[in-house]
Amino acid sequence: MEGRMTSLEATMKASSTMASSMVRNADPDQQTLRSNSVEQFYFPRPGQSLPGIPPFFGPPSSSLYLPNDNEAKFGNQFESNPSQNTDWDPQAIVSNLTFLEQKIKQVKDIVQSMNNRENQVAGGSSELAAKQQLITADLTSIIIQLISTAGSLLPSMKNPLLSSNPAVRQLGNTLGSPMGFGMNANQRPSVDSKTDIPDTGKTSDYDELMNNLNTAQDERDELIKCPNPCGGEGSEPTPMEDHDVKESDDGGEGENLPPGSYVVLQLEKEEILAPHTHFCLICGKGFKRDANLRMHMRGHGDEYKTPAALAKPTKDSGADHAPVTRYSCPFVGCKRNKEHKKFQPLKTILCVKNHYKRSHCDKSYTCSRCNTKKFSVIADLKTHEKHCGRDKWLCSCGTTFSRKDKLFGHVALFQGHTPALPMEDVKVSEASEQPHDSEPMNEMARSMVYSFPSSSSDGISNLDMKMADDVRGYFSPLSFDPCFGALDDFTRPGFDISENPFSFLPSGSCSYGQQNGDS
Amino acid sequence: MAAAAAQQHRHPKRRRLFLSPSPSPSPTPTLVAPPLVTLADELLFLVLDRVAQADPRALKSFALASRACHAAESRHRRVVRPLRPDLLPAALARYPCATRLDLSLCARVPDAALASAVSSSCSALRAVDLSRSRGFGAAGVTALAASCPGLADLDLSNGVDLGDAAAAEVGRARGLRRLSLARWKPLTDMGLGCVAVVCTELRELSLKWCLGVSDLGIQLLALKCRKLTSLDLSYTMITKDSFPAIMKLPNLQELTLVGCIGIDDDALDSLDKECSKSLQVLDMSQCQNITDVGVSSILKSVPNLLELDLSYCCPVTPSMVRSFQKIPKLQTLKLEGCKFMAYALKAIGTSCVSLRELSLSKCSGVMDTELSLAVSRLKNLLKLDITCCRNITDVSLAAITSSCTSLISLRMESCSRVSSGALQLIGKHCSHLEELDLTDSDLDDEGLKALARCSKLSSLKIGICLKIGDEGLTHIGRSCPKLRDIDLYRCGGLSDDGIIQIAQGCPMLECINLSYCTEITDRSLISLSKCAKLNTLEIRGCPMITSTGLSEIAMGCRLLSKLDIKKCFEINDVGMLYLSQFSHSLRQINLSYCSVTDIGLLSLSSISGLQNMTIVHLAGITPNGLTATLMVCGCLTKVKVHEAFKSMMPAHMIKNVEARGCVFQWIDKPFKVEVEPCDVWKQQSQDVLVR
Repeated sequence: MEGRMTSLEATMKASSTMASSMVRNADPDQQTLRSNSVEQFYFPRPGQSLPGIPPFFGPPSSSLYLPNDNEAKFGNQFESNPSQNTDWDPQAIVSNLTFLEQKIKQVKDIVQSMNNRENQVAGGSSELAAKQQLITADLTSIIIQLISTAGSLLPSMKNPLLSSNPAVRQLGNTLGSPMGFGMNANQRPSVDSKTDIPDTGKTSDYDELMNNLNTAQDERDELIKCPNPCGGEGSEPTPMEDHDVKESDDGGEGENLPPGSYVVLQLEKEEILAPHTHFCLICGKGFKRDANLRMHMRGHGDEYKTPAALAKPTKDSGADHAPVTRYSCPFVGCKRNKEHKKFQPLKTILCVKNHYKRSHCDKSYTCSRCNTKKFSVIADLKTHEKHCGRDKWLCSCGTTFSRKDKLFGHVALFQGHTPALPMEDVKVSEASEQPHDSEPMNEMARSMVYSFPSSSSDGISNLDMKMADDVRGYFSPLSFDPCFGALDDFTRPGFDISENPFSFLPSGSCSYGQQNGDS
Repeated sequence: MAAAAAQQHRHPKRRRLFLSPSPSPSPTPTLVAPPLVTLADELLFLVLDRVAQADPRALKSFALASRACHAAESRHRRVVRPLRPDLLPAALARYPCATRLDLSLCARVPDAALASAVSSSCSALRAVDLSRSRGFGAAGVTALAASCPGLADLDLSNGVDLGDAAAAEVGRARGLRRLSLARWKPLTDMGLGCVAVVCTELRELSLKWCLGVSDLGIQLLALKCRKLTSLDLSYTMITKDSFPAIMKLPNLQELTLVGCIGIDDDALDSLDKECSKSLQVLDMSQCQNITDVGVSSILKSVPNLLELDLSYCCPVTPSMVRSFQKIPKLQTLKLEGCKFMAYALKAIGTSCVSLRELSLSKCSGVMDTELSLAVSRLKNLLKLDITCCRNITDVSLAAITSSCTSLISLRMESCSRVSSGALQLIGKHCSHLEELDLTDSDLDDEGLKALARCSKLSSLKIGICLKIGDEGLTHIGRSCPKLRDIDLYRCGGLSDDGIIQIAQGCPMLECINLSYCTEITDRSLISLSKCAKLNTLEIRGCPMITSTGLSEIAMGCRLLSKLDIKKCFEINDVGMLYLSQFSHSLRQINLSYCSVTDIGLLSLSSISGLQNMTIVHLAGITPNGLTATLMVCGCLTKVKVHEAFKSMMPAHMIKNVEARGCVFQWIDKPFKVEVEPCDVWKQQSQDVLVR
């Protein structure tokens, strides 16, 4: 029990630290800084799964206030916090929990007020819409990330939470707050909170949400967490070059629809990353079950309420009326994003999903056989595992082939490339280093969290970052690469992006350097 | 001297041999004569070449004369052939200008030895021969390739344990022109790919017995190594898939495909017409899946073929032989062990008019009439091999001798139906003969007398010719001064007189086999000791020879390297002592049934280069003596010992000897002293044939 308390305590302290940084950057126009700082706390090490990091329950609620104009409120809220966090007494925990409770309530109020305001202004002011978009993006991303990060510790967290607060019990039961999650698209800003479920459409949403959250936990439990969406968000406003990686396999290639001849839908990344198989052709919302989708379709209008439309899969009926729909990647700077100069839309939602995961997500699925190949789309992993055998045909340039004749074709084609012998010893050392890879990091992460002084949050966060970076550099698989390169005399051009252990750099860590340098 | 001065004038910077005035009297004063001081290296080297040719050990004496001579000798030597791998660093340091490192005497060359040796020397080495060595791996090859940037010739044959890793290291020697990876069983396409991609200068490559290499690797080889002129793919798994790629190599002149079971008629037929204009030599012997159709079809692709080997391949049909017309330049045709269909042999005469060399050894279906017709057209024939064509008679030989008068080589061992009268025709008509094999024939003294016309005769094999006697040999000895090799195995009619005639008349004699010539005594050996070039002496089963004769040989024939004295019961330790004293070139000795004891055996161990010993049924040998000898002889690669010793010798000693690279062969034959007379023996061999 004592251990649980300490971890919870650490969580609380972190949340308060978080909140302080939030307040500092609470200007709504500076979403960049805000989201960056959020990311700083949640994901000090992109590309690494961090089961040792305790979940933060404070930040999501505090961040929920950010879109609102009453920043002073947060400041006041926060003023009381530092004193509470100086030591680890249960009182502090209780106060934190109440703090949480308040936040949740406030969030609910805010959302409801926004909902009312939207209803009043029927035309829908653009300003409000933009604000909503920002809010929803922030809230949902923070929540889902919190949940996914916190999921592993939840069982241990559950009891203290339940004992302290019914609201948190709700949180614990559903693995996170349901609020705000449904606000994934502009069309659906209204989301109910707490336990009462007003209508059936909302029920479906709610179910979806619960499913999402559960799945998120499952995923995290399997160490297949995707922290990168947040990293992607964090780096959104930074000037970036095109991310034209793996265009061809995302679909929608070679299609030259004139701009304007189709409707561009842009799903939010949470929607993309949710494990949906049924998508609304109107708004793009995804569902796990077709029945839920049909229920959802009723919200779009009366024509979808007919028994016929409800009986059969709505996709067919929707395809008749709907204009040509194409999809945009939510990642700003991506060629698939609608704001890109040479925007190339994605054809289907499946394309969006695969594109987003492949291009902007961490490759968190590691092949269990070779322990080197990583994938962000599980189907890719399965395809790979079909061919990933003992016989791995390797070229001196680092490219691998599943078939020997392919390797020899490659060697025949490129001057100076030679077949490279499988370096059994190198592989063995790499494999043996794998467990060490994560163990010390966990240890370090834990100790760092525990030694969090509450006062100078900024300095600590930076320190945290630096150490984390060092750790990553030290234990990265790249540190074994030189042995390989030295043996075959050839530098490794980036033939296979998936082989590059730093392939996540553009989306994630570039912002870290800036942060460290700035602050 | 004038020439030397002129040379010196043209090359003023040339190093010269300055003999330092040495206070001690030089052991070879003639070489330290004043003119030597002014000799340029090039001239001196010419002198040394000649000295070495006469007696290789003379260079040692020269080097001992003075420091300058020592230095000159160091600069002169190009080939280093160390006896033991631990001598390698010293040898390479002594001879910095050596371009060729021959490790064929070192059965086991550990990686460390190779690395230390090669790294300590300068990088002048261009050729390294490790074909007889084992014990090294990829690390040794790495060291070799790293420290010899000019390496062009690397023989790594018989590296049965070497595989892809070592091949990848071979790939570091980018300048390789000649490479042999024969019998690298673990080698796969990956290793070959490493070599092929990097060693693009390769001219000659042998992948014989590399069973792991497949079409993929060979295709890559054909793509990357465009300069290949000679390629040996014997016993590999090459098939139709890579065969055309190989044949399209623009410079390929010699292709060896012995025992390639993947090459079939389909593969041979898949080539374009005139696919390879450069190919001159094609060896497809023992390719079991080829028929006459395939042979006919490939010949259209290789119009400039000079040499074709189809031994043990497929039955020879008339249509196949007629297709030889597509390769009008064909000079050499080898059809050993083939079955001749009717009219096929006859067609050779009409289709292969330019033929210089024809081998029909062990062919079945070779009949008098067809062979006669064939050879009557082949007027230019220089070499003919009709070994074991048992059906041919005097008719064929008459045709051969009458039409092929320019023959320089005739091999007709075991043509037992040819009469002694017909054998005289050989000497009468073919006076250019240099090589003649009449083993197991009806040859008599008259035939030998006729052979006296063949003054260029260099190799004469007349073993198991029971009718020949001293008189016939006298003719040979008088008129064949160039004779180098004579085989008189089981010529029971010979005595010392004939041998003495040969020894006196043939000073160039290098190799003589007198086994089971039971009448031979020490007199023959004493006369043979005058043949200074003699390196091989086989006197097995000559019971009258004693240590006296052997000691004469040891003193006179200092180049003796192979000696077989099995069943020379009289030879004892004295002979061994002489051998150990004088025969430092001895590599191989068979001592079975001799009266040698531990003392003689131990004395032999002072011959540092001794590699091969057969020590079976020696009454005077004890396990201790044998063990001691084996421990001392550091260069042994193969020892035959009676099986009884296996249990009597300490096991760890055996292991120690084996660890140095020596292979034990444990013989378990019954002790059998008596030697049957030659005629009885011949009759027994004939009986076997009939059965």
